[in-house]
Amino acid sequence: MTTSSRYRSRAPRSEDGEEKDYVGFATLPNQVHRKSVKKGFDFTLMVAGESGLGKSTLVNSLFLTDLHKDRKLLNAEERISQTVEITKHTVDIEEKGVKLKLTIVDTPGFGDAVNNTECWRAVTGYIDQQFEHYFRDESGLNRKNIQDNRVHCCLYFIPPFGHGLRPVDIEFMKALQDKVNVVPLIAKADCLTPTEIKKLKERLREEIDKYGIKIYQFPDCDSDEDEDFKRQDKELKDSTPFAVIGSNTVVETRGQRVRGRLYPWGIVEVENPAHCDFVKLRNILIRTHMHDLKDITSDCHYENYRAQCIQTMTSKMNADKRVESPIPLLPLSTPNDEAEKLIKKKDEELKRMQQMLQKMQQQMHEQDL
Amino acid sequence: MAARDVDVFSNEEKRILSLGGHVGFDSLPDQLVSKSVRQGFCFNILCVGETGIGKSTLMNTLFNTMFENEEASHYQNGVYLRPRTYDLQESNVHLKLTIVDTVGFGDQINKEDSYKPIVDYIDTQFENYLQEELKIKRFLFNYHDTRIHICLYFIAPTGHSLKSLDLVTMKKLDSKVNIIPIIAKADTISKSELHKFKIKIMSELVSNGVQIYQFPTDDEAVSEINASMNAHLPFAVVGSMEEVKVGNKTVRARQYPWGVVQVENESHCDFVKLREMLTRVNMEDLREQTHARHYELYRRCKLEEMGFKDAYPDSQPFSLQETYEAKRKEFLEDLQRNEEEMRQMFVNKVKETEAELKEKERELHDKFEQLKRMHQEEKRKVEEKRKDLDEEMNAFNRKKVAAETLSLSQPLKKDKDKKKIFKEEPMSSLAMAIEGSAFK
Repeated sequence: MTTSSRYRSRAPRSEDGEEKDYVGFATLPNQVHRKSVKKGFDFTLMVAGESGLGKSTLVNSLFLTDLHKDRKLLNAEERISQTVEITKHTVDIEEKGVKLKLTIVDTPGFGDAVNNTECWRAVTGYIDQQFEHYFRDESGLNRKNIQDNRVHCCLYFIPPFGHGLRPVDIEFMKALQDKVNVVPLIAKADCLTPTEIKKLKERLREEIDKYGIKIYQFPDCDSDEDEDFKRQDKELKDSTPFAVIGSNTVVETRGQRVRGRLYPWGIVEVENPAHCDFVKLRNILIRTHMHDLKDITSDCHYENYRAQCIQTMTSKMNADKRVESPIPLLPLSTPNDEAEKLIKKKDEELKRMQQMLQKMQQQMHEQDL
Repeated sequence: MAARDVDVFSNEEKRILSLGGHVGFDSLPDQLVSKSVRQGFCFNILCVGETGIGKSTLMNTLFNTMFENEEASHYQNGVYLRPRTYDLQESNVHLKLTIVDTVGFGDQINKEDSYKPIVDYIDTQFENYLQEELKIKRFLFNYHDTRIHICLYFIAPTGHSLKSLDLVTMKKLDSKVNIIPIIAKADTISKSELHKFKIKIMSELVSNGVQIYQFPTDDEAVSEINASMNAHLPFAVVGSMEEVKVGNKTVRARQYPWGVVQVENESHCDFVKLREMLTRVNMEDLREQTHARHYELYRRCKLEEMGFKDAYPDSQPFSLQETYEAKRKEFLEDLQRNEEEMRQMFVNKVKETEAELKEKERELHDKFEQLKRMHQEEKRKVEEKRKDLDEEMNAFNRKKVAAETLSLSQPLKKDKDKKKIFKEEPMSSLAMAIEGSAFK
């Protein structure tokens, strides 16, 4: 179901075929469609997770291209003290006249070192940098060609070998939840039987709630949609986080050539909804919610960043302009008890003197009158 | 024969005799076997791997028993070892099996110290055995040997290579225990990927000098099978205790929507190979290696630390007892010296702190004095101003009084005159005012 079919302009015709008072702005959606096709779209996707969880394979499967041709993987001894890098690949792909500039941001080295304290620093730094860049462009004088490099979505890969979220997963998602839309995925799901997948998903949902991690929520469908759509939507929401399998190879099964993985005991089909949630992920990411992700990034995360930025800038300015207090304060070191008592006594004397002064002033004032 | 010295015997050549008939000492191995069976066997396995990688399930599958186990949580803040001992029996052979689990391994964000608890545990078991051996009255035949005979290292099936934590941990363990690396949850890797993965792992282990356990090839009976198994390391295993019906048999397997992975099917995974190697062929060799190689290494290092040396053939043999006493005395002296030092340090510190405090007190006092002085100054100034003010007030009062008296004494005079008189006789009125005030 494409958007254009929903909004096809229908001129209301009466029985005798005469056009009623038809203004014509019902064609606006078509105009939007045409313009956007001409302008082209861009989308930045970040993938994060430990090495060996199938991130690159999944990206290749999602966009049906081979993005990582000559990848050099590090050996284990080189990874002992590895730092996290950020790499970017940009490709231009086209489908039915719609152009998409796709940027994939990869985070090699995340979680690979022996000591992974604050390994997400590089990632949050990169996202902030993109926000800052856009902020500067937006506040600049010439705003014709603003390039939107902000990260629209972050796919976080959770290993299926454990019993749920690990501390590094929780820390990473918490650090990123306010900066980007986080979509957690269960990677390499072909090592889990259907019951295990269900259990793990429940566990993950529970833990995400427990630790208050804000992941990307699909917007609720309108109440006037038909029942079928609502049911699908509910199914979709119940099957998060998605359990995905990726593949770089094409295998032959049941007379068809599909992307899949060949095992001695069977063939896993990537696009078979009974085998994994890859199709659901693809639909969400590309076919239905891509624009929603972009909207939330610019309306929510970017606006938060911008407000924060401006606040820090103005508070800095105020701090510089603060008036110096006229009374030079004597810095007192840690007072002993005796000294404190003496000081108190002196304070009281001073106060009494001040009061007497005031009385005298008042007297003089009265006598003046 | 009895009159000859021992020395003469060692210079003689050993003669080989051929037997005339059946003597019967070929039953010696059988006697040994029946004694061992009576005594029972003991085997200790250490499973090292991330939480949730399948250690408990594999143990269950290997020994075909449901050992009770709760799931471990991911949020331990350190690595703990959890030893559990079970008594198993198969035909008439008793096995005392101890399975040691690492809880919390690989879960922390900073894993630099993850290997330490494991190394400490292995050393402790060696130490216990050493202590028992060094005792005067010892019960070695009855001793429950807790030394780890084998460490199964579970590698996560990433498909690329070893993780950095795996490499660091295996390097620390390879000189203390027999390591067999296994690829866990191997039903997530396809055959071609598996081949590449195994090669990569072995090359990384070799290039980093990690010595894993090699199945012995010196015994002709098992050398062939061991050699072929050595080529299959690391074993890719799948564990499961669930029974699934395949064809007309019920086997242990994992059921997926796309197929069934059978645990005991050699083309699906290497579980059968691991079981063969571990329990059916090489268990005894593992125990021997632990005792002869790893334990002896530990013992040598420990005793060298304590200062014992091997007796040279031409010097007097050392008495363990004497050396031990000497070491003990030295140690006590050291202890005393340290205590003295610490006491000295403590006294010094106290003196220092006292001096500091006194200094601070003095400073405070100074400041206080300064404040007081300032205060006095202010007071004096205020007093002066007050005096000035008083004087002015008085002057004004006098003027007022003078003006009043003047107006009283000459009420009918005109203003001008008043003024004139005022001007003409200012001195006299002032004089009067002064007089007046003098009386007040």
